[in-house]
Amino acid sequence: MDNNKGRSERIDKIVILLMPLVAVLLAFIVGGVILWFQGVNPFVAYKEMIVGAFGSKNGLADTLVKATPLLLVGLGIAIAFRGGMINIGAEGQIVVGALLTTFVGLQLGEQLPGWLVVIIGLLTGALMGGLWAAIAGVLKAYLNVNEILSTIMLNAIAVQIAYFLLRGPMIDPAELEAGTNIPHSARLVRALDMPRFTDIAQQLGLTGSAADLGIKGFLGELYGVLVEPTRLHTGFIFAIVMAILVYIFLWRTTIGYRIRAVGLNPHASRYAGINVRRNLILSITLSGMLAGMAGAVEILGLHHRMFEPAAVSAGYGFTGIVAALLGRLHPLGIIPSSILFGGMLVGGDKMQRAMQVPQVLIQAILGLVVLFVVSTDYFARKYEKRRATAEVDLDDGGGGTPNDIVPGVPGQEAVS
Amino acid sequence: MNENLTLLAIILGILHSGIRLATPYLYAALGETFSQKSGVLNLGVEGMMLMGAFTGFYTVFVTHNLWLGLLAAGLIGAVFGLIMSLVSVTFQAEQGISGIGLYMFGLGLSSLLFKTTLGTVEGVDGFSEIQFCLSSLGIHSDFCLAEVPVLGEIFFSHSILTYGAFALVPISAWVFNKTNWGLKVRSVGQNPEAADTLGVSVNRTRYEAVILGGILAGIAGASLSISLLNIFQENMTNGMGFIAVALVYFGSWTPVGVLVGALLFSTVNALQLWVQVLDLNLPSDVAVMLPYLLTIVALALPFKRAEQPAALTKPYERGEN
Repeated sequence: MDNNKGRSERIDKIVILLMPLVAVLLAFIVGGVILWFQGVNPFVAYKEMIVGAFGSKNGLADTLVKATPLLLVGLGIAIAFRGGMINIGAEGQIVVGALLTTFVGLQLGEQLPGWLVVIIGLLTGALMGGLWAAIAGVLKAYLNVNEILSTIMLNAIAVQIAYFLLRGPMIDPAELEAGTNIPHSARLVRALDMPRFTDIAQQLGLTGSAADLGIKGFLGELYGVLVEPTRLHTGFIFAIVMAILVYIFLWRTTIGYRIRAVGLNPHASRYAGINVRRNLILSITLSGMLAGMAGAVEILGLHHRMFEPAAVSAGYGFTGIVAALLGRLHPLGIIPSSILFGGMLVGGDKMQRAMQVPQVLIQAILGLVVLFVVSTDYFARKYEKRRATAEVDLDDGGGGTPNDIVPGVPGQEAVS
Repeated sequence: MNENLTLLAIILGILHSGIRLATPYLYAALGETFSQKSGVLNLGVEGMMLMGAFTGFYTVFVTHNLWLGLLAAGLIGAVFGLIMSLVSVTFQAEQGISGIGLYMFGLGLSSLLFKTTLGTVEGVDGFSEIQFCLSSLGIHSDFCLAEVPVLGEIFFSHSILTYGAFALVPISAWVFNKTNWGLKVRSVGQNPEAADTLGVSVNRTRYEAVILGGILAGIAGASLSISLLNIFQENMTNGMGFIAVALVYFGSWTPVGVLVGALLFSTVNALQLWVQVLDLNLPSDVAVMLPYLLTIVALALPFKRAEQPAALTKPYERGEN
């Protein structure tokens, strides 16, 4: 009898873990129907997408390049959600972070050693993103302003600030001289470029290409990603390290525990003597810091200058939410999900070129993923309920009980 | 003297555009009021508006029938309302997230359909401005109400969709306060357990309110694409749907409050456009920020928070709450 119960519990757990994958599958099926209505064979289109994202060294490298900001943003979203705050403002936090990092790079790039300016740039970018998000946190904690709406408005404001600065004080002097006035900053000095994987490989003396060494097939492409010249930069490693740090922070520190406690039950937390207001502000500030860091990494690792704000944030603020949800708001779960969505963005681009399917299809599929994830969550909860209604264990090591995929957000309740 | 005249013309222009631009805000925010009154925070309004704007525009582009376009926009809004209810009411999803999902889906799908059907920005002949001429009543006269100085210039010569939006304010108030269904909507948003005990189907009422909200959001989108601007562009709503959600808070969940908010926002929007036209000493980038800044300020104002439906964002399950 006990044996039976154990088995059914295991089955439940597997079902619950499979739910997000089912959600993605369903989203792709609906996307396929949309494609089919457009007169495109969905199987051919999806194959094009997968091969485009994961089939070559350049595709793989671009996938990881896009996974980098997604991972950082997704980690931030997870901290905020776990703390009971819904941060829809990562787009704006990326922009303000990127702006300050660029500013710092332009000011200090010539005077200090490159590595030092990179570190200062990452820190100031994070700080700026955190401050920007803190506005929404303070408004929520003290004036009960819905943080979803305030962060969306802050996104729009950040974009306008960026345009204002890039058309005025921060514009590339060369643009002024040429009279073209395209709103972008000057390029940062090359000493500030975060090293690419290929640079490190060369430092280590790995210079032979896959073809030279006779490594063929997918392994050859993988080798190529690590050694041959691609756009892949060390920002990716940085993001992975951050994921591990965020995991330790949330599940192995007192502050992380408090943030999660407030997210799960603000009332009980208050009785337990936790300062709810301070933790709400803290969780969204940390969330904004990670998004600001994503902005800094995009500038230092990829673009090397600030330009069109919407092209720098590139929808990562929203796609990062999807990555966080699919990663079950678990820092380590967000690593594979951000690579998956990075791949979808890259593959969607390839699909557009090969099959004339507009890339915005990916946007629609991402929306569907969200809708299906939050819907299938319902069935996971039902499964959970069928088991004994045990107390929610905060120290579950982050495996995530299904009902804290999206924790009860204090939402509209007064937080005072 | 001459300067005074220009100033008057500018003020008149701002007031006229203020009333005009209130149209999409009114439809969307009144629809959202129904949804929120029933207890569902629908953050997908922006996506619904975009779908309505595209569907309405494309229908008119193909059939040249404006009313058919409006119908199509309302229908697609209803379909999106149904999706939102299914996810948020039946599957009890966290409403902050489901709405964002619906927004992303609507944004992506409307852009996809735009790119695959039209490809470039096209124009249509949308709803024309009504001049209220006596000649249309069969009276032999060239006189039109729109020619009346000041008042005529501000209040007449709008399209039927604009008048419809303003007419919807008292209609919504009447529905909430005087009809059986309005009472049901308010009760399932305020105290679903009590409503359930009295035999009101909580989920069914919420479905109806959210779908009505969807229809109005679809029409709000169409009011942009086939009445105010007569074009469709990707992401043409540019945050209006989210501002509409904020307007419901600002208006303390009453149609009249929403009207005040919509007028305030559209006037600021009009002001912002005129700042750019007049080349005032305010950078246009800063001027564009104004409506978004105002939204945050409006949300921070503490008045009438008590009016908020008690069960807003809370899914209902019998015997649990």
